[in-house]
Amino acid sequence: MNIVLWICGITLSIAGALAMVRLAKGPSILERVIATDVLLLIVSAALCVDMTVNKHTDNLIFVLLACLVGFVGSVTVSRFVTDRRNA
Amino acid sequence: MLDTVIDIVAGTFMIVGCLMSLAAGIGMLRFPDLLSRLHAATKPQVLGLFLLLAALGLELRSWAVLPVLALAWLLQLLTAPVSAHMVGRAGYRTRHLKRETLIADELAAVVEAAEQREEAEHGRNGNRDRADFID
Repeated sequence: MNIVLWICGITLSIAGALAMVRLAKGPSILERVIATDVLLLIVSAALCVDMTVNKHTDNLIFVLLACLVGFVGSVTVSRFVTDRRNA
Repeated sequence: MLDTVIDIVAGTFMIVGCLMSLAAGIGMLRFPDLLSRLHAATKPQVLGLFLLLAALGLELRSWAVLPVLALAWLLQLLTAPVSAHMVGRAGYRTRHLKRETLIADELAAVVEAAEQREEAEHGRNGNRDRADFID
């Protein structure tokens, strides 16, 4: 399990770094919304890995909340992008 | 014996689930426009989260957490298409796409008709001849 933890940690760190590069570069706000979504998913993946390796369920509610927050965030932002550009 | 097998299966699920996140990160950086980046972003949302939650359920070995894991995955499964649809719609309307990468564009006729109807009703010559806005 220790080796698995190392592999998952390195993989998720690289993925988070790549998502943050897109978050910084992203030409429009919609790209940044997607990158933020991916970053949030990487955080919840890290919470899952932590729970699996240490065998506890403390973070389960955060994983649940993360997907709801990501949904509300991306829907709200894309809604207002549409309104502003069409006006 | 069985514990070892379950541990190996859970470890494999975790590594593959994390590789899904890595694929999303690489796709975010490498893909050319908004719609293809949207495609890359859904990999960890559905399959990646499923694999990680399955690994968690296998490691905890208790039926009590199974409903919560199923709820987390179902919520993600229900909300991911809606948010992806909204982002894709906003991206299409604000022209954040490379049209030469599209094979079929079934929305173009609908948008054209809506713009013509808008023009006929309000007499407003809107943004018909805007250029595509891509990076």
